[in-house]
Amino acid sequence: MNTMNPLTILIASIFTHNIALVYILGMCPFIVISKNFKTAVGMGISVIFVVTLTAIINWPIYWKILLPANAEIISYLIFIIVIAATVQLLEMLIEKFFPPLQSSFGIFLPLITVNCIVLAVCLFMVLRKYNFVQTVFYSFGTSAGWALAIIIMAAIKEKLLLVGDIPKGLRGAGITMIIAGLLAFAFMGFAGMITLQ
Amino acid sequence: MPKKAFKKSFKHTKAYKALVAGLWQDHPTFCMVLGICSMLAITNRLDNAIAMGVGVTFCTVFSSLFVSIFRNVIPARVRMLAYMVIIATFVICVDRFLKAYFITISEAMGPYVGLIITNCILMGRAEAFAIKNGPLLSALDGLGCGIGYSFMLILMALIRETLGFGTILGQRIMPGVWTNWVVMTIAPGAFFLLGIYLWIFRTIAKKTD
Repeated sequence: MNTMNPLTILIASIFTHNIALVYILGMCPFIVISKNFKTAVGMGISVIFVVTLTAIINWPIYWKILLPANAEIISYLIFIIVIAATVQLLEMLIEKFFPPLQSSFGIFLPLITVNCIVLAVCLFMVLRKYNFVQTVFYSFGTSAGWALAIIIMAAIKEKLLLVGDIPKGLRGAGITMIIAGLLAFAFMGFAGMITLQ
Repeated sequence: MPKKAFKKSFKHTKAYKALVAGLWQDHPTFCMVLGICSMLAITNRLDNAIAMGVGVTFCTVFSSLFVSIFRNVIPARVRMLAYMVIIATFVICVDRFLKAYFITISEAMGPYVGLIITNCILMGRAEAFAIKNGPLLSALDGLGCGIGYSFMLILMALIRETLGFGTILGQRIMPGVWTNWVVMTIAPGAFFLLGIYLWIFRTIAKKTD
């Protein structure tokens, strides 16, 4: 088992090992949904919720059921089914009990199933042998880091639209990539504070 | 039928169109900007990129084929879950194959092999093409997209490995005085390079957002 302090993991997963800008995951929504600041905030919060929840569900499934049964070969399959089922369930719960939230978060939920970071958090948690508490902190930190990145990106792009005169071919995905590169440089400034393994 | 006439008539078949669409007009990276995550993360070395390309192509071909075979059985409401299960099955095959025969590549790629499951290209092709078309056409469409994607991976990896490590497939090709551009081996270099590629492609193809 990994013996790192959960708080260290939390800080590391938000800043030094930001999943969007260092591991380059969750890029599809990062490019498509980062046009508008408000939408980015909604997406960020939904991702934090789903990632943390699925990691909490998948941890006992992997370590307490699949591993003792020698069935870790199908772990990908189980993880992805759990993720899809959790998202579906959340969608139904929100629709039923919190209708006002439906318009602000409900629309993002189906998109999250194919967001790489939900699966990535489950895979990293297995790879690095985190215990339960570490997993909770790690999954929360990672998704918060992703939310931070997409919110910064959306804010920059919104401002850029007002003042920027971007070459035609670079508009859209192209300029997003260049901004992401610069942001990744900025986040590299945190590197060296902590190393995860 | 003479060869030339065959070629000409083949060009107008649906199969040819399905195969070629993924190579240029519907290129998964340039036009639809899909599947970026694994592309940027593993292309700092050419051998990883080739392994990833072959893996993704295998998965697109077979997942499209099987989604298409089962397209009349899959209920519309749970079709996403059905795609996921089919895709995950083939990704497990790729993962096991790499672990058995190419252990160094498998270790270098780490969790990114498993993340082929959430590569949007697979889901995208299943939803946009395989669910509506026959098995053979879908497999060809998957093959076209897979090859288009692999081509892009190799293009990225060639530049990143040459500039970042001064090598290609581990063989040193840059002169001794060459200083490695460390930035090309990590995330920012990947972002910049893809941004530049997108710029070039979209200027040539006159495609803008």
